[in-house]
Amino acid sequence: MTLMSYRQALHDTLRSEMLRDENVFLIGEEIGVFEGSYKITAGLLEEFGEKRVRDTPIAEEGFTGAAIGAAMLGLRPVVEIMTINFSLLAIDQIVNHAAKIYGMFGGQAKVPMVIRTPGGGGQQLGATHSQNIELYYAFVPGLKVVAPSTPADAKALLIAAIRDDDPVIFLENLALYNTKGEVPNHDTPGVIGQAAVTREGHHLTLIGYSRMAHVAKKIADQLADHEGLDIEVIDLRSLRPLDRETIVESVKKTHAAVILEDDWLTYGIGAEVAASISDGAFDYLDAPVRRVAMAEVPMPYSKSLESAALPSENDVIQAIYQTLDAIGHRRIKTGPHD
Amino acid sequence: MTDRKRTPRKPPARTPRAKTAPVQVEPDAQGLLDFYREMLFIRRFEERAARGYTQALIGGYCHLNLGEEATVVGLMSALQPTDYLFTNYREHGYAIARGIDPRRIMAELYGRVDGVSKGWGGSMHMFDTAHRMLGGYGIVGGQIPLATGAALAIDYRSGEEVVMCTMGDGTTNIGAFHESLNIASLWRLPIVYVIINNRLGMGTSVEKSSAEPELYKRGAAYQIESARVDGLDPVAVALAGKHAVEVARGGRPYLLEVVCERLRGHSVVDPAKYRSADEVASLKEHDPVHTLAARLIAQGITDEESLLTLDHEVLANVEEISTFAEASAFPDEQTLFDYNYASEVPNDSRRLPGQPLFVTTLTSGADQ
Repeated sequence: MTLMSYRQALHDTLRSEMLRDENVFLIGEEIGVFEGSYKITAGLLEEFGEKRVRDTPIAEEGFTGAAIGAAMLGLRPVVEIMTINFSLLAIDQIVNHAAKIYGMFGGQAKVPMVIRTPGGGGQQLGATHSQNIELYYAFVPGLKVVAPSTPADAKALLIAAIRDDDPVIFLENLALYNTKGEVPNHDTPGVIGQAAVTREGHHLTLIGYSRMAHVAKKIADQLADHEGLDIEVIDLRSLRPLDRETIVESVKKTHAAVILEDDWLTYGIGAEVAASISDGAFDYLDAPVRRVAMAEVPMPYSKSLESAALPSENDVIQAIYQTLDAIGHRRIKTGPHD
Repeated sequence: MTDRKRTPRKPPARTPRAKTAPVQVEPDAQGLLDFYREMLFIRRFEERAARGYTQALIGGYCHLNLGEEATVVGLMSALQPTDYLFTNYREHGYAIARGIDPRRIMAELYGRVDGVSKGWGGSMHMFDTAHRMLGGYGIVGGQIPLATGAALAIDYRSGEEVVMCTMGDGTTNIGAFHESLNIASLWRLPIVYVIINNRLGMGTSVEKSSAEPELYKRGAAYQIESARVDGLDPVAVALAGKHAVEVARGGRPYLLEVVCERLRGHSVVDPAKYRSADEVASLKEHDPVHTLAARLIAQGITDEESLLTLDHEVLANVEEISTFAEASAFPDEQTLFDYNYASEVPNDSRRLPGQPLFVTTLTSGADQ
């Protein structure tokens, strides 16, 4: 194991997969000479050359579609879309083509490609640059969507995504790039389509993905230390397929769930998770399923408004308390968050 | 890719080959007759498809190549079997001319298991790996970035193949067209973009939709060599197509505009009321199948009686094709989830409408 940042784990994995398989190449805006907007691809142009680290014009539809076409002929492109907001410019190619080609032609052509793209608000980037629209892709059969929250999962799932024969949307998060964790030294691929129980507990199930899985774990640890609460945490890791089994098995044990998401509440990822709980654990629930999501506004620029719109740790803690209160739990002691 | 001097983009292998390519000559009598046979076959096949639609054997949208036959056979004659074709939703004729078994094309129209896309694609989504026809695409312009990427993959592997990407005139106004031409020129990709200009979108004319109605000129914005050719003359199309393919094989994209006609409506259900009587009369006069027949007779290559015999053969053949397609089975409902993913994945949702996410323990007790 090596302690490294989420950014470093992504960088090292891209490099090792490029060394392993010459069909793997990188394509996107400013990934070569500029080394990537978030420096994930730093040094790779120098090491691998322009053929395998391909700077593109600002043409998301064009270069994403070109990557799909190259994948149809057996290459394994890893596309970087600078932020998930810009993927909207490529959505026809992603939804109408990458997701459709395998099924629409009766299984004759595979599309082995990865689209890496970060989401995330909280950087005062305003309405068009702070969205979390992974739902748009998680909605679509034919795509796989993963959203790792730790450096170790970032490595394992990126390996899995690159070696997978289907188009995989690989969701990163601006706020996670500098977070650190232990990363295995071996190159074992992770499993797309499986959630992880990152903390076992029996009072309540706290569910998140990407940045919010990180927040969930942190809050659960904090409440265990300070309040003696024993909260189970699930990191969804994969949004399509969604591992409903792990969610439902946990809720059958804890009888309550709070879902955290950085996207908008109505129709969000949490709504699907809540529906899964309703279908699979209805008789086990002792309280309504709660969701903590972003306020439903175009993200404002000003810090005061942006902070109000984003789910805070306190918002999460209050939702946990209210859920526990609803099922009659008494808090072990009064915490600092009342 | 701003600094070309630092990293040469072209593998040396392709360039000399293109330079030594033989000069193309006009087809001889047999070549003309072959063109005619193929054009007539496409004509009769498409007419049968139109009838199949009215018989409710074909559903969805159905766009025919009627009037485009000379363009189809001319363009396809320019490609090697190892070259790739990406096209749009008006592609039955292209699939035929590419050499795909026409029974499988009709079976696809009828939505049967023997269809080229096993009944998953339909009229707009013909695909056949063996004949390197990589789709039939229903979204206007969707095929252009894909085709460009296929050319990128050829270039990446220093391959000798070329990609041809056809599209309609209306497609030249979509962003993907411009993004792709720019990329292909910057990266010197081996691709021929072909605009099939039948002068109408659905009912909107080129003049009403394109500020530069001479569409081949759009290549200039991307330093792409381009030309316009008469799409009613299969020989002219073939020669222009061969030149375009040679340029592409040499490592430069090419833009070819082929001006042709659409004999009927946009799709089989469109009565084309927006066309005047004069226009319709003119279409008949310039019908490429009739024009070539007259040319063959005038040049003494064949006579009317032989052409009539040929027509009877083709009609009988097309009827057999329809019979085959109709006899082919519909895909089994059990195969509905067979093509969800190429790589298996846990927790893939395979539920029919109305099925619960979780079956209660009283019945079978499992999620899947």
